[in-house]
Amino acid sequence: MKAVAKGSSRLEPVVFHTLNSLFMLFVVAVTLYPFLHTMAVSFNDGSDTLAGGIYLWPRSWTLENYKAVFVSGTIYHAAFISVSRTVISTLLGVFLTTMLAYALAQPQYIFRKKIGLLFILTMYFNAGLIPNYFLIKNMGLLHSFMVYILPSLVSAFNLIIMRTYIRGLPFSLTESAKIDGAGDFRIFWKIIFPLCTPVLATVALFIAVGSWNAWFDTFLYASSDIKLSTLQYEMMKLLGSTMSTNNDPSMLAGGQNNQVQALVTPASIRSAITIVTAVPILFVYPFLQKYFVVGLNLGSVKE
Amino acid sequence: MSDAVLDKQVKKQKTRRSKVDPEIGVSLSWKTLKIQKQLIFMSVPIAIYLIIFNYVPVWGWIMAFQNYRPALSFGQQEWVGFQQFKFLFSDETFMLVLRNTVAMSFINLVLGTVTAIGLALLLNEIRAKFFKRIVQSISYLPHFLSWVIAAGIVATSLSIDDGIVNVILMKLHLIKEPIMWLSEGKYFWGIVGASNVWKEVGWGTIIYLAAITSIDPSLYEAASIDGATRLQKMRFVTLPGIKATFVILLIMNIGHILDAGFELQYLLGNGLTIDYSQTIDIFVIKYGISMGNYSLATAAGIFKTIVSVVLVFMANYTAKRLGEERLI
Repeated sequence: MKAVAKGSSRLEPVVFHTLNSLFMLFVVAVTLYPFLHTMAVSFNDGSDTLAGGIYLWPRSWTLENYKAVFVSGTIYHAAFISVSRTVISTLLGVFLTTMLAYALAQPQYIFRKKIGLLFILTMYFNAGLIPNYFLIKNMGLLHSFMVYILPSLVSAFNLIIMRTYIRGLPFSLTESAKIDGAGDFRIFWKIIFPLCTPVLATVALFIAVGSWNAWFDTFLYASSDIKLSTLQYEMMKLLGSTMSTNNDPSMLAGGQNNQVQALVTPASIRSAITIVTAVPILFVYPFLQKYFVVGLNLGSVKE
Repeated sequence: MSDAVLDKQVKKQKTRRSKVDPEIGVSLSWKTLKIQKQLIFMSVPIAIYLIIFNYVPVWGWIMAFQNYRPALSFGQQEWVGFQQFKFLFSDETFMLVLRNTVAMSFINLVLGTVTAIGLALLLNEIRAKFFKRIVQSISYLPHFLSWVIAAGIVATSLSIDDGIVNVILMKLHLIKEPIMWLSEGKYFWGIVGASNVWKEVGWGTIIYLAAITSIDPSLYEAASIDGATRLQKMRFVTLPGIKATFVILLIMNIGHILDAGFELQYLLGNGLTIDYSQTIDIFVIKYGISMGNYSLATAAGIFKTIVSVVLVFMANYTAKRLGEERLI
């Protein structure tokens, strides 16, 4: 009896760890498969893909899909708009968030609590879509590039992360600089800002990802203006056109007829654009990983 | 999370003298304003920006009490009182929309939390640091993709011709012929729940994993000495250890119970599944932007905001009463 118990207790961790590792591999597979599949389809001949059976590896290699994507000037322009809005939003957003966080982290600052509360409330309090739409319209921001930048410059979540971090910095730094006669702006720019690198990376990533991934603002505020289209919005339009083919058998037949003339199909174009849209992020995030793990914890777990 | 939480220490020491903050000894006067002019310059313009973009639109709420027509001036609008709200709550579509929103939100909340905690517990048991890091990095990869890409991936995976889900189910002989997942309303909530887990589970584990790693290891040692099994350690050490995190996140999420998300629903929903896929946000877009019924759409938006704020305060109050961590 005793021996059995001992045996099972030695066996139990082994069984558990094996099962656990297998489960982790399953998680990895489920997460990665769709990308590898999309990648395979994007490099596979469009009409060949329709025959089915493409899983992880392209059967009939081609770059046609990518060529077709980049042949249309729309995508170039959309990529340009996506990159511009992301870069501008990130630079401005990071700078303003840090500056505000610095001010709100000063314990003696008189408006610290009032402004802080104003920001926190926005996490739950929202006037709603229609009033916001009218605001944008009345400000003359409809069909203008600034609509991508202005409404979402500083978010409460990023502000909290930033402020928590700045509060954690040694207070004596600011104090001694003050004794030396430095003003707040100087302290912020020369001392605090350079010290914030890890959390700057986190906030920059959050803002950049949000800006890069946004499609709804284009849809709502600039959908009729092709010059302001973004990669995500182009994807969204493509999704609409391919969704119906995917799900409606009657349209599938019609879709196939079209494909005879064109080498590339909507599905293969979409795969190519998906890869183009996803790649920048896939390249950036592993490098910023160690930062955003810290950042997320700063934001969500109180000190 | 909030200002108040972080300033708890400060609050405790507050005395009756309201003019002067006893902690910092500064009162609102011209002199202070002058001393702090740089801080004011660094923050007040951003606060004004915030007020313009987040609070000024509240002015638009009056549309919900009118029969708003864009062509007319403010004085000419017809006032209808609570008629829009009455219509909203007697409207069958809105009730359906409300049901869908709450249902999907609830599914996302429960499924999201359970899977995140589950994955965090299991990841915590992985001994090989390298393997653990790889699994983690990969699991939160989808979080960084837009819902447009994710919706495309979901649609591809579920398609009847060659969608991986159908292929696997067929190979396992669980189904005889491919299921048209996205054409039937009864599957829609499940698809949204599963997609959310796929996209966010890795991200969700970050916080829980950090909370688990910060549990005092001596507690585990003590439990081992007392002869606790792995399950007992989880039950009596780990779960209580992450309770505070769980409560905070729960309060935060409860305020978003009417935000079932709308991107996935908007992108994946179609005419066949509309009874299950339409959420409040889609309702607002449809009535407001597409049909031009601004008043009704605004009323729906107001309802959403008020419910969110009330729920957060209620959850916060309950947590306070139960002696748990709280947000505000």
